Amino acid sequence: MAELQAAELNNLQSEGFSDEQNAQYLTFELADEDYGVDILRVQEIRGWDVVTRVPNTPSYVKGVLNLRGAIVPIFDLRERFDLSSQEYTKDTVVIVLRVNGDTGMRIMGIIVDAVSDVLNANSSGLVNAPDFGGRVATEFIASLISAGDKMVMLLDVDKLLGQDQQSEQEQAAAN
Amino acid sequence: MTIDMAQFHQVFFDESFEGLDIMESGLLEMDPGSADPEQINSIFRAAHSIKGGSGTFGFTNIADFTHVMETLLDEMRDGRRQVTAEAVNVLLASVDVLREMLTATSEDAEVDPERVKAQKAELDRILAGGAAAVEVAEPDSTEEACASSEQTGWHIVFRPHSHMMRTGNDPLRLIRELGSLGELSVEVDLESLLPLSEYEPEDSYLSWDLHLKGDISKEQIDDIFDWVEDDCDLSIAPICPAQKAPAAAPETASEPAPKTEIKAAPAPDERREGGDRRTSDRRGSVKKPATGGGTSSIRVDITKIDVLINMVGELVITQSMLSMMGEEFDISQIERLREGLAQLERHTREMQESVMQIRMLPISFTFSRFPRLVHDLSTKMGKQIELKMTGETTEVDKTVIEKIGDPLVHLVRNSLDHGIEMPEERVAAGKPEQGTVELNAYHRGGNIIIEIKDDGKGLNRDLLLEKAIERGLVPSDAILSDQQIYELIFAAGFSTAETVSDVSGRGVGMDVVRRNINELGGSIEIHSEMGVGSSFIIRLPLTLAILDGQTVSIGSETYIVPLVSIIESIQVKENMVNMLAGKGETFKLREEYLPIVRLHEILGVNDAKAKELNEGLLVVVEGEGRRCGLFVDDLLGQQQVVIKSLEANYRKISGLSGATILGDGSVALILDIPGLIRMAGNASSAFSKDVRKSA
Repeated sequence: MAELQAAELNNLQSEGFSDEQNAQYLTFELADEDYGVDILRVQEIRGWDVVTRVPNTPSYVKGVLNLRGAIVPIFDLRERFDLSSQEYTKDTVVIVLRVNGDTGMRIMGIIVDAVSDVLNANSSGLVNAPDFGGRVATEFIASLISAGDKMVMLLDVDKLLGQDQQSEQEQAAAN
Repeated sequence: MTIDMAQFHQVFFDESFEGLDIMESGLLEMDPGSADPEQINSIFRAAHSIKGGSGTFGFTNIADFTHVMETLLDEMRDGRRQVTAEAVNVLLASVDVLREMLTATSEDAEVDPERVKAQKAELDRILAGGAAAVEVAEPDSTEEACASSEQTGWHIVFRPHSHMMRTGNDPLRLIRELGSLGELSVEVDLESLLPLSEYEPEDSYLSWDLHLKGDISKEQIDDIFDWVEDDCDLSIAPICPAQKAPAAAPETASEPAPKTEIKAAPAPDERREGGDRRTSDRRGSVKKPATGGGTSSIRVDITKIDVLINMVGELVITQSMLSMMGEEFDISQIERLREGLAQLERHTREMQESVMQIRMLPISFTFSRFPRLVHDLSTKMGKQIELKMTGETTEVDKTVIEKIGDPLVHLVRNSLDHGIEMPEERVAAGKPEQGTVELNAYHRGGNIIIEIKDDGKGLNRDLLLEKAIERGLVPSDAILSDQQIYELIFAAGFSTAETVSDVSGRGVGMDVVRRNINELGGSIEIHSEMGVGSSFIIRLPLTLAILDGQTVSIGSETYIVPLVSIIESIQVKENMVNMLAGKGETFKLREEYLPIVRLHEILGVNDAKAKELNEGLLVVVEGEGRRCGLFVDDLLGQQQVVIKSLEANYRKISGLSGATILGDGSVALILDIPGLIRMAGNASSAFSKDVRKSA
């Protein structure tokens, strides 16, 4: 009984089901590419809404949003990955993610073209992203997985959004 | 099943630090020679709970250390030891060491074992030294003497106070536990048992006379009574063959079932005699005073919560009234709807106020450290200083309490070091030998005012000016008002102290003091008179969660300027504007030339309506003693805004102090005026271009 509880607790605490047989990923489209994030990190999905621009931030930070009283920064993932930018459409969605930073859990949103599917993935199917040297930034990509005939890039949420925060802090310190 | 003790650690640390504060303030108030037993008792209890807690959680080094302190305090409260100034000082130093140990443990750090050892040795020295000076019989010595001869057991007189069972302690369990140590014979004393009609089932009326035979150490018995010793009269004495136990235990069964045992009723006199001869109820001889402990940061006065609950109740009623009206709304009901909405607004506002109340704590949390500080520093500097504190109960936002401590310490140190003169100097100046430092807190018009006032020598205007000129902070021919000169002490790296002491004089600090206060949204001003004294007046907002703001528009964006920093808003005419070295725009406001900060440039707003100065408005603001004019499109309105942190989910952004949510649900950013002025100073245009480039 106690063991069972401990196991459950572990599951809750671990970053998703990475050690489990079946992890689930929320996949989304971004400039005809397929990306995925650990579904346990997704707090909610909402339609694109006007945000308040925050001055003196990189352009991929679209601004902040009032999410039931919390001020949540919204990042444009196309711009973050240097993909061509696109007008926001009715399919454009904001995926609100929980990010583990140095100072605890944060809530941040990413703007993606459209949400596609929930992917059940077996941990054995994960492969590491190939090394492109310096040409392609793969540091945010935790691993690759194939779904049907598509390749899905699974993002490391903490690196993607946590790093931004850190680099900004360093920048602030440098100033 | 094992319980994860770690979850209780925080509570233990909180309580322990609280206990340390009680010990410290108690020790400081203690008069050597004539100590109030109540006071020693409260110090003792604090030490005791720290010891108990640390033992429970396995922090043995803390428990061991506290044990020595406790022993010393125990002897003091029994009157077996004189309360000497030396002992008090050693105890104070021990409190410090204990605090370090607790801090280290809470942070999983290592504490310097040498330091602990040294302090422990110091305590031991006091313990060993003074004991003989007091002629009261040492109970320990009789115990020792007896133990050396053949000791056959212990005679325990256990008289629970009537409330003991309510503390969750069952005497029966204790006795059963004693029984597990050795052969136990029990006598019950029914003397104070009330008639059944007056009997209170939760009170304890019985007391026991216990004889415990066997080779048992006193510690084992103490352990059993550890939790209840404050809730009972207890005496534990060895039974020696030489002095047979006062009353030979009757042959009643050793099985501890005292409540059912009616026949045994030993003579109470005899029992008391037995007690007197030994430790004579040492634990209970001092009455338990009402615990005067302060509330901790996580505790909220229950009345505040009750008020809140009442208000939520009313809110729910109003809400249901409104929704009923909404179901079949008819235009004839418009009056009632308005009424309902007004009611809703009132309830919401009241509720907001009472929620804010929960965050409010008395400023005594901050003030309480000063008696110690003044005590220590004045001894060190050879000055005689009296500290007067008023308004300790003034309630302040919790964040203010946390952040105002260091600046206040700095200001008080300064007053002690620079302000108050040496006694001989004071006498020569015709002032009383003893200097006075006053700490005063009070509310005034939505602000908290904290005053630090001393009757020392005051700020030396000429010396300040001289130093400032020397350092090139002001031009040598500057004519400054007194107030402007006093402001100079807030400049970074400015110090007038001839010698740098470890107390102050490095010139680090006053600028930090001001910055900290500004960060809290407050201000500080100085009044001083040569030879009479000086006072520092800190003005802080009542709460940090709400701010009075002026909404301004720049293009399509809305920003909030804190109302406290706004001096006035003006429309500039071209003839008021001058260029400085071709770049810096300044305008003349009465006799001053102030720089113009174009917000749309510094904030990178592309669609600003007003590009020319005469199209928009200048909001004249002040931050950290510097003034400037913020150029905006328009002023929108004033409103109270709830401050939300940008850092909670993102990061700090220069020029912004936070964000808030406007009535329509959109987010507006709150400007950080001192930060903006600094940014503008760092060649504003270059900065924002850089950012845009990096983006």
